[in-house]
Amino acid sequence: MFRNPIRKLCTAAVAAAFAVAAAPALAKEPIKIGEINSYKAQPAFLEPYKKGMQLAIDQINASGGILGRQVELITRDDNANPGDAVRLAEELVSREKVDVLTGSFLSHIGLALTDFAKQKKVFFLAGEPLTDKIVWQNGNHYTFRLRPSTYMQVAMLMPEAAALKKKRWAIVYPNYEYGQSAAATFKELLKAAQPDAEIVAEQAPPLGKVDAGSVVQALADAKPDAIFNVLFGADLAKFVREGNTRGLFKGREVVSLLTGEPEYLDPLKDEAPNGWLVTGYPWYAINTPEHKAFLAAYKKAFNDHPRLGSIVGYSAIMSLAAGIKKAGSTDTEKLIAAFSGLTVDTPFGKISYRPEDHQSTMGGYVGRTKNEGGKGVMVDFRYIDGAKVLPSAAEVKKLRPAG
Amino acid sequence: MDAVASFVAQLLNGLAGASSLFLVAAGLSLIFGVTRIVNFAHGSFYMVGIYAAYSAVAWIGEGPGYWAGLVLAAVAVGVLGALIEILLLRRIYHAPELFQLLATFALVLVIKDAALWLWGPEELLGPRAPGLRGSVPILGRQFPSYDLFLIVVGPLVLGLLWLLLTRTRFGTLVRAATQDREMVGALGVNQAWLFTAVFALGAMLAGLGGALQLPREPANLELDLATIGAAFVVVVVGGMGSIPGAYVAALLIAELKAICIWLGVVEIAGVSISFSKLTLVVEFLVMAVVLVVRPWGLMGRPQAPSRNAGAAEAPLRAPDRLAKAAIAAVVLALFALPALSSQSPYVVILTIDILVAVLFAASLHFIMGPGGMHSFGHAAYFGLGAYGAAILLRATGAPMEIALIAAPLIAAVGALVFGWFCVRLSGVYLAMLTLAFAQIAWAIVYQWDAFTGGSNGLTGVWPSAWFSDKRAYYALTLALVLAGVFVLRRILYAPFGYAMRAVRDSTLRADAIGIDVKRVQWVAFVIGGLVAGLAGALFAFSKGSISPETLHVAKSVDGLVMVLLGGVQTLAGPVVGATLFTWLHDSVARSTEYWRAMLGGIILILVLLFPQGVAGFVRQVVYGRREAKGGS
Repeated sequence: MFRNPIRKLCTAAVAAAFAVAAAPALAKEPIKIGEINSYKAQPAFLEPYKKGMQLAIDQINASGGILGRQVELITRDDNANPGDAVRLAEELVSREKVDVLTGSFLSHIGLALTDFAKQKKVFFLAGEPLTDKIVWQNGNHYTFRLRPSTYMQVAMLMPEAAALKKKRWAIVYPNYEYGQSAAATFKELLKAAQPDAEIVAEQAPPLGKVDAGSVVQALADAKPDAIFNVLFGADLAKFVREGNTRGLFKGREVVSLLTGEPEYLDPLKDEAPNGWLVTGYPWYAINTPEHKAFLAAYKKAFNDHPRLGSIVGYSAIMSLAAGIKKAGSTDTEKLIAAFSGLTVDTPFGKISYRPEDHQSTMGGYVGRTKNEGGKGVMVDFRYIDGAKVLPSAAEVKKLRPAG
Repeated sequence: MDAVASFVAQLLNGLAGASSLFLVAAGLSLIFGVTRIVNFAHGSFYMVGIYAAYSAVAWIGEGPGYWAGLVLAAVAVGVLGALIEILLLRRIYHAPELFQLLATFALVLVIKDAALWLWGPEELLGPRAPGLRGSVPILGRQFPSYDLFLIVVGPLVLGLLWLLLTRTRFGTLVRAATQDREMVGALGVNQAWLFTAVFALGAMLAGLGGALQLPREPANLELDLATIGAAFVVVVVGGMGSIPGAYVAALLIAELKAICIWLGVVEIAGVSISFSKLTLVVEFLVMAVVLVVRPWGLMGRPQAPSRNAGAAEAPLRAPDRLAKAAIAAVVLALFALPALSSQSPYVVILTIDILVAVLFAASLHFIMGPGGMHSFGHAAYFGLGAYGAAILLRATGAPMEIALIAAPLIAAVGALVFGWFCVRLSGVYLAMLTLAFAQIAWAIVYQWDAFTGGSNGLTGVWPSAWFSDKRAYYALTLALVLAGVFVLRRILYAPFGYAMRAVRDSTLRADAIGIDVKRVQWVAFVIGGLVAGLAGALFAFSKGSISPETLHVAKSVDGLVMVLLGGVQTLAGPVVGATLFTWLHDSVARSTEYWRAMLGGIILILVLLFPQGVAGFVRQVVYGRREAKGGS
C-alpha cells in the first residue's frame, strides 16, 4: 500500500541527484516528447503503458540519448475528455515547446488530436487508439499510428474463424465506435470468406453496463454455432461469468477480440475460459530474443510483468527515437519524411511505418485461451505480422482521402 | 412455444436486476426524503461496497464466512456514511439549497482516487457465492441460482424497510422528517442524530447493493458513475421518498431492459431496429415519459414546500460604485491579457477555456438562481450549440461567422421544446426531467454516426482564417462572452428579471398579480439555452473538434459545480466559480498523480469555508459589514 509513495520519493531523489550531477555536462537542450493520455480514466491499461515509456526513455538516455541530446518525456492527463486533450496539446506545444506529440487511448481523443496535429502542423504519433479512421478516413500528413487497428485485430482472427466452418454466428459488442466497427468488419470479412454464414443474433450493450444475464440468455436462445465477442474489461468479466454459469459456451466456438491481453485475461482468474480464439499478448511464453531482453529489463525496472500497454508505450518511444535519429532533426517535415517507411526494433520484432497510410505493421498474437490452474493463459499462439492483414496501397488510397 | 419460454426467462433476469437496482435506489430515496441532499456520492458508496466485500471475503476466506463478509462490507459502508454526515454534511445544512450537492461531488472524486490507491487499477472479480455457485434448470434453460436468491432479496429488503418505517418509532420520525423536518426538530427530536442515522442507513443499503453484486460483476472504478444515474432515475420514477415506488420503478426499468435485449434486432417494415442498442438510454426514456404524465413519479406525492434551512436570498441590488469599478478593472485586464502574456502563450489558451466556462455557468445560473429552476441537464444546450455549429460548418460549408450566429438558435429551439415540458414541473422533478432530456439528446448524438459522428464526434471545426491565431480568437471569445454575460445581467435588472424572481419566490403571488408564471419560466429557460448554445459554439471552434462529452451529464454537473462553488445567490457567483474550477482543474491535474482526490479535497475545503460560495463570501465580507454599520 505504501509502495507507491516511497517509490516515488526514491525516484525523485535519484532524479534530483542525477540532475545535479549531469547539469554541467548537458550542453544541449533535451528533446522533448509531449504525451497526453487518459491516465485516471483507464488506469488498468495506462499504468503499464507509462512504465513502458519510462523504460524506453531510461534506456535511450543511458545510451547517450538521440543526436547527442537527452530525451525528456512530459505527460499530461486529459481526464478522458477531448476538449481537455486539445487544450493540453496546445499547452505542450506553446508552453513546453515539445518537439513531437504522442499518446491517447480512447478513439475520440485520438481523432481530436489527429485533427489538431493537422491544423497546427505538429507531428503526432497515436499510440493506442484503435479506430480505423485515424489512418484512413481522417488520416493526415502529420499523424502516424502504432498499434494494430480495429480492422487489423479482426483480420488477424479471421482466417482461423472462417476455418471453423460455423454457419450460425452470434455477435456481441460494446455500443460505441470500436465495437460497432469491429462488428461491421467481422461481418464483412466473414461474408467474403464464407458466404453461407449468417448472423443469428446481435447484441450491443452499453459500454461498461452490460446486463450480462439477459444478454447471455438472448445469445443462447438464438442457438448459434459460434460467437464473436468484442466485450472487454468489466463487461467481459460479467459476460464470461454469466456465460459459464448458463452454459452458453458449451459446445460453441468463441472468437474474441483482445481477450488474450493480460489487462483483460488476468482479472478473470479461475473464470478464464478454455479454447477461445483470441488476440492478445502471452508475455510468459514468447521466446524471441528481442522480447526476452525487453521482459528482463521490464521486470528488473518495475518488479512486475508487462501488459500489452507496456509494449505499446515502449514501442511508441522507441519509434519516435528511431524516427528522430533517421531524420537527424526534430523538424516536423523531416520527421514525417523519416517516418514514411521507418523500420523500428520492438519487443514484437521489426515493424515499419507504411508510407501509404502511416500505419505501423506491428501485429499481434493469435491463439487459444486456456485455464491453467485458475489462471488464464494463451496457448498454441503465433505472431501475425500486421503487414499481412493490412489492405494494399491501392485499397488504402480509396479509404484515405488525405493521400 | 420456445419464444414464450425465452420471454419468461428474460422476465426472471429482469427481476434479478431489479433487486440490485432497488437496494441502491432505496437508500438514495431515504436520504433525499429526510435530508433533502442530492447525494452524488451514493454511487461511490455502492462501489466501495463491492470493493469492501471483495477484501472482506478475501480476508475471511470462502465458505459460510462469505456471507459474513458481504454483511461486514455493508456495515463498513454504513459507518463511512455516518462519518461523512457527521464530519462534513452536518456543517453545511444551512447553506443555500443544493449546496450539499457540491460536497458530495467532491466526495465522488476523493473516494474514486482512494479506491484506486487502495485496490489498484485492475478489475477485481470476486469468487462465486458458496452454495449458489451453479445454476438450476428453468424452462429448459440454466438459470443462475444466485439470481434466484437476488430475486428474493429485493422484496425482502422492501418488506423490512416497510416494517421499519411503519412499525417503529424511528420509522415514524423518518416519515415525519420527510414531511416537515423543522417541525420534527421543534417537537424535541434530536435532528442531528436522526439525519446521521438516516444517512448511515442509506449508505449501508448502497453498500449492501454493491456487496451483493460481488458474485456477478468485478469491482471496478467505473461503478460509481454507472450506478448513480440509474439510481436517481429509479428514485424519481418511483416518486421521491416512496420506497415501494422505488421497487416498482426498479422492476419497470429492469424488465424493460430485459425485454429490449430479448427483442434484439427486429425488422419493422423493412428497417432493422436494434432494441439492444436502446438499452443505452431506456431508463431515461422511461423517466421522461413518467414525469410528463405523472409529475411526481409513479407513487410519489407532490413535494412538500421545501422549507430550506438556509437563508432566503436577498433581493437583487444594482451594483454600487465599488462593484462597478471592480468589474471595469477585470474587463480591462482581460482585454490587456494577450499583450501582458506574450511571453507565456498558454495563458491566452487557458483563458479562452475559462471564458467559455464562464458563459456556460452564467447561463445555467440564470435559470437556476434567479429563475429558480434547477437544471441537471444544461449541457444539452451547450452540446446542441457545439454540434449545431460543427454540422453547419461541415455539411453546408457555412463560414464560422454564420455558424456562431445560428448555433445558439439551434440550442434555443432545443430549449424551447424541452423547456415546454420542464416548466410544468418543479423542484427536483424538474431537475430530473432536464437530465432525462439531456441524456436522450446525448444518446441520439452518440448513436447517430452518419450525422453527428457517433461516439467519435466530429473533427475539422476550425475557425475562419482571420481568427485562427489564438489571440484573435481570444478577442472574439472575450467580446462574445462579455456580451452574453452583460445581456443576462441586463435581463435580470429589467422587468422580466423581476418577474422571474417573483415567480421563483412565490408562484401563487406572482400569478395573483398577473404574471404568466409558466410563460416567464419558459422564456427564461429558452434564454438560458440560447446563451449556453453560444458557449458551446465558441467551445467547438476553440478545440477544432467535438464529441458527445459536450452534452454528457458530466458536463452538466461541471456547470452545477461552478455555479455552486461561486455562490448561487450572487450574480458574480457563476463567473467566479467557473474561473476557479477551470483554473484549479488545469493546474491540479498537472501537478500530481492523484489529482482527482486533490481537486475534491480543495473543493471540500472551499465548501466548509464558504458555504455561501466564494463570491457569496466576498459579498458578505464587503457588504455585510457595511450594512451592519448602516443599520446601527
